[in-house]
Parts: sequence; C-alpha cells; structure tokens
Amino acid sequence: MSDREIMYRDALREALHEEMTRNPEVFVIGEGIAERGGSYKVTEGLLAEFGAKRVRDTPISEASMIGVGVGAAIAGARPVVEILYIDFAMLGMDQIVNQAAKFRLMTGGEGRVPFVLRTQGGTGGGVAAQHSQSLEALFYHIPGLRVVMPSTPYDAKGLLKYALRQPDPVMFLEHKHLYMTKGHVPDGEIIVEFGKADIKREGTDVTLIAWSNMIPRTLEAAEALAAEGISAEVLDPRTLVPLDREAVLKSVAKTNRCVIVQEAVRRGGVGSDIASIIQEEAFYDLDAPVTVLGGMNTPIPFNLALEQASVPQKENIVEVVKRVLHADLVA
Amino acid sequence: MTKKAVARRKQNVPPKELLQDLFTTAYKIRNFESEGIKLYRQGLIRGYFHPYLGEEGIATGACAALEDRDYIASTHRGHGHCIARGASIDGMVAELLQKRTGYCKGYGGSMHIADITQNNLGANGIVGAGTPLGVGAALANQVRGSDAVTITFTTDGATNNGTFLEALNLAAIWDLNFILIIENNQYAVSTTIEESTREPDLYKRGLAIGVDSVQIDGNDSLLVYQTVSDAVEKCRAGKGPVLIEAKTFRHSGHHVNDPGKYMPEERLAYYKARDPVDRARENLITMGGMSAEEVRKIEEAIEKEFADAVEAAKNAGEITVEEFREFVSEY
Repeated sequence: MSDREIMYRDALREALHEEMTRNPEVFVIGEGIAERGGSYKVTEGLLAEFGAKRVRDTPISEASMIGVGVGAAIAGARPVVEILYIDFAMLGMDQIVNQAAKFRLMTGGEGRVPFVLRTQGGTGGGVAAQHSQSLEALFYHIPGLRVVMPSTPYDAKGLLKYALRQPDPVMFLEHKHLYMTKGHVPDGEIIVEFGKADIKREGTDVTLIAWSNMIPRTLEAAEALAAEGISAEVLDPRTLVPLDREAVLKSVAKTNRCVIVQEAVRRGGVGSDIASIIQEEAFYDLDAPVTVLGGMNTPIPFNLALEQASVPQKENIVEVVKRVLHADLVA
Repeated sequence: MTKKAVARRKQNVPPKELLQDLFTTAYKIRNFESEGIKLYRQGLIRGYFHPYLGEEGIATGACAALEDRDYIASTHRGHGHCIARGASIDGMVAELLQKRTGYCKGYGGSMHIADITQNNLGANGIVGAGTPLGVGAALANQVRGSDAVTITFTTDGATNNGTFLEALNLAAIWDLNFILIIENNQYAVSTTIEESTREPDLYKRGLAIGVDSVQIDGNDSLLVYQTVSDAVEKCRAGKGPVLIEAKTFRHSGHHVNDPGKYMPEERLAYYKARDPVDRARENLITMGGMSAEEVRKIEEAIEKEFADAVEAAKNAGEITVEEFREFVSEY
C-alpha cells in the first residue's frame, strides 16, 4: 500500500509506536498524554500498548518535566517530553538552554543528551497571544540544540524516528494546524535524516523557502503564481538546525531569486539568518534582493482578522514574489 | 542492601574500614580544596572556585552509602561530591588547570565536572538545576527496571527555586528511587536562610508533599552515612523518595574571592568546633582504634596524590582551537 495517506498526528504516533517497540529505553511523559492520549491525540493508544511506566501523565510542572527528560537522557534513556504549547516551553528554558544544549560541550564530549522535546506552535483557532507563538528562533539561536519543524506527515514520521536514534537534544516543533492534515506515508520504515532539505515543488523563477505550516500555504501561493506563468520552487529545510545550506544555495543558484516565508515575527527570525547566508555565499547568483516575509512584530491577537494579518497569508506570499520578480511592473 | 552494608549494620560500633573510608574521603576533599585555593591564588586556575570547606561531611557520608550502579547530581560547589563519588584527582586537577587530560578536556572547568562513567551527572552552574536532572536519572532507572538510587545534592539557596518542589513532587508521585539532600549551609551567597524563608527548617517542605523527610547534622559524616543508608534501603524497597536536610556551614565565603565578612564570627566558630574532617579523624582514632601516626600516613598519601596530580597537569597539553572548531562544527 505505497499510496497510503494518513494524518500528521497519526504519522507521529506511528513513529513513537515503532521506536518504543524497537527500543525499551524510549518513554513518553506529558500532560494528559496517557489515558487521554494527548490534546492532539498523538499518543493515543500508547498507554495500552506500552504500559504506565513508559507512558505517563505529569502534573503541570513544565520546568521540571523538561529537566527530568534531560536528566533521563543524560542517564542514557530516550525520553520524549510532550509540552502542550511551545509557549509553555518557556517555563523550562533553563533546562533547555543551560542544561540540554551545553552538556556535551561542558563534559568535553563525554556526556550526550538524547532528549526529544515535542511541542507545537503557530497560529490558528483563535487561541490568542499565549498559545500561538512561533518561537523556533529562540532555539535556533542556542548552539547545541537540533531544531526540527516537519510540514508533512511523511517528514513528521521520518524525522521523529531519526530524532529518537541520534544523540543530541531535539526541539521537535509541530504545528497545531497540521495535525489533521493528510499526506502520503508508505508502510514500513521511514527515516528522514536531519540536515536534508526537501524540494516540495520544483521551479525555475524563484526559490521560496518555508517550513512547518508555511509550507502548505506557500505551495498554494506557488500554484496561484503558476497560473500567472511564474515558476516557483518551494524548499523546505525540514530541520533548521542543522540547516541544509547546500540545498538552499543550489536552489538559489538555479532560480537567482529567493523569498523566505516564516510565520514567526520578522525581527530576529531564522529567515533573516538564512537571508544573510545567501547574500554572503551566493550574492553573485542573485538577480534580486533576498526578501523575508515574516509575521508582524506583535503578539498574536485574538480577533480572527487581526490574527490573520499577523502572519503571512497566501495573498501576501503571491504579492511579495511578484514584487521580487518585478512581475507587477510587467503586468 | 549489600552484604558489606549488612555486616556494617550488625555491629553497634562502626567498623574501622568504614571510619577509614569516611576520613579518607573527607580529608581528600579538604586537601583538594585547601590546595586548590593556593593554585587559584597563584593564578593557575581561572574563573570560579566554590570551596566545599566545612561541608565535607555530607558528600563523604552520602556517597559512602551508594553502590556503583547508583547516580549522583551535584551543585556549583561540586568538587566534594565528585571526589566522594570516586573521581580521579588527576582528572579533576587537570580540569581546573584547563588541560586536555581533565575530566572535561578543559571545556567545563570547576562548575561542570561530570563523570558519566561513574554515573555522576555533574556539577552545575545553575542553582537548583540538578534536582530535575537527578529525578530524570531516577525515572530512567525505574523505566529500565533498575533498583539504582539517585542522589541529588542541592542547597538551601535552591529550595526557593520552583523546580525544587516540582521535581521532588514528580519523584513522589512516581515513587522514584530518589534522595534529595539539601546541604543547608545557611547562605545563598550572602543572603541568610532566615531572610529567604519564614520556615528555615527546610525538611518540612518535603513533609508537605508526602515525602519522608529528616533534618540531620551534616558535619557528622557517620550520621550522614547512616541516614543515607537508611534512605537508600527505603528507596530500593520501593518506598522512595526521601528528603534529607543536612545542616552545615561554609568555612569561608561563597567563592574564593568572597571573604565572607557577612558570616558572624560566633556562628563560624560554632561550626568550626564541629569540623567534619576533625570529627571523622577523631572517630577513626577513638572508635576505629587507629593511631595518630597511621592517620598522618593516610593524610600524607592524599597530599602526595594531589601534588603529583598538579605536576602531571602542569605538564599536560591543552585542546587546540582547531580541535575545538572540529568538536562544535555541527552546532
């Protein structure tokens, strides 16, 4: 059944199920993840399958849940800590930034932290300022962490399985809007290594770099642009750390133009860093300035129209791409 | 309990072997810190150095109650815990002298000495961070079906950090083999415990969340050994966790460059009259029947071991910038 289509959340569950079956040291903790199966149903059924020792609910103690995960990882286990919203991970920043990210260096390479923090971010559903943030840049900034942002069920499964086999702390950042999206995931083993970008759509006129929930939106924009004769390539880095620089530079060398689309606020974002890499390393390949289309520099408001105005929409992407191509002047 | 421990318990008088162990460890720490401060004054050690002088009884007694399979997590004042856990003086001195032969190859320094091979999760520069890390190690061991016990050494200063309650509570609801030892030296840097809390009997915080908790004299290594042995036994029987508040006092300021002028002389005199190293020596002579000359021989061997370690470290090389760049190339 190679044409099997499943939802993003089911792909994540399959990854956990397979890795828990494969390795008895993999276990999962989080709020409401055991009997209830988690707010997004990612861990549904795991308790019945693997028992209460390996699938457990926690009280609301984010700082220590994360710290416990880090400690268990240092002790050689393979913990997966689910944090309900990325906003809540802020309570555990000491353990992520000062402990998990630094342990390998501080111990001269003797200590490793194979710790996976699963959480979700992004806008959608009117959950307002403290439940809607896109905070990948905070983790991207900290040397020692891996930052993973799958956009499809296939990538979600393959990257989570890889995360549970590699030796470093992983910020596995899902998107609340993607859990119910469907995609192709063949039966059997899938592993997606970190640092390998994926071209989600081939094109020749402009490279659109996006990740997480900006991928489906950017693909819609690319479709609309195609109708106007513009061929956009859509590149998904899939992991921001490590970043597949080669794939980015290769695509830009082909298209000579680049627009980076990020849901996170524009200021201090990952997009700005990717743009700086491109201008430093591929300046002479460029026919136009690299443009970053980011979210507004604002907390996410509750009101639907304002929420939508806060982050890039399909129309914004189309408009920016045309501007970069001067297509608006030609028309 | 091991056969050795059972045999010790059957006797009312502690065996000479135990008393000798306790004195040897306590003196090793005393010598390491006293001589280390001299090296610091000579400019051979950079950065911070938080001496464990005056608190040796706690690490000494606690680690003597552990087996190889057990774990510890330490504090910023961590030299004593490492030594008591059996760390090599060579590796520790070399680390303080930033040499490649050091425990962390010179990447960590005083506050980050760890030894994964001895299940030592390491010292920690963030006050309080070791509590969730230790609970994590205890959780990993429960998941893998091991009866290993984890001790986190923490401080009175850390008890007003949120993770103190969070992590101890997690250990309690999961019945983990976890022992939290508060080294109550009565100061958070220069702020007294009385200024920091209305209830300076810190063990009562454990009682409030259903954890067996006791307060003891931390300057009595034999009492610490007996109390921790009981706690270990309780944990291995599935009745953990246990909280132990061990009262003690620093012999000097918070770190080598803090003269500790704020510490009242009479209180310091009170604790110096109950010096943990003197008491361990006294026990070995009076209860263990060892002569003063024999004791001195033990001390001389310890002093020589340290002096040799300093010579070896002085002659050792350092990690090169090229090696460092390679080490972090994937960050």
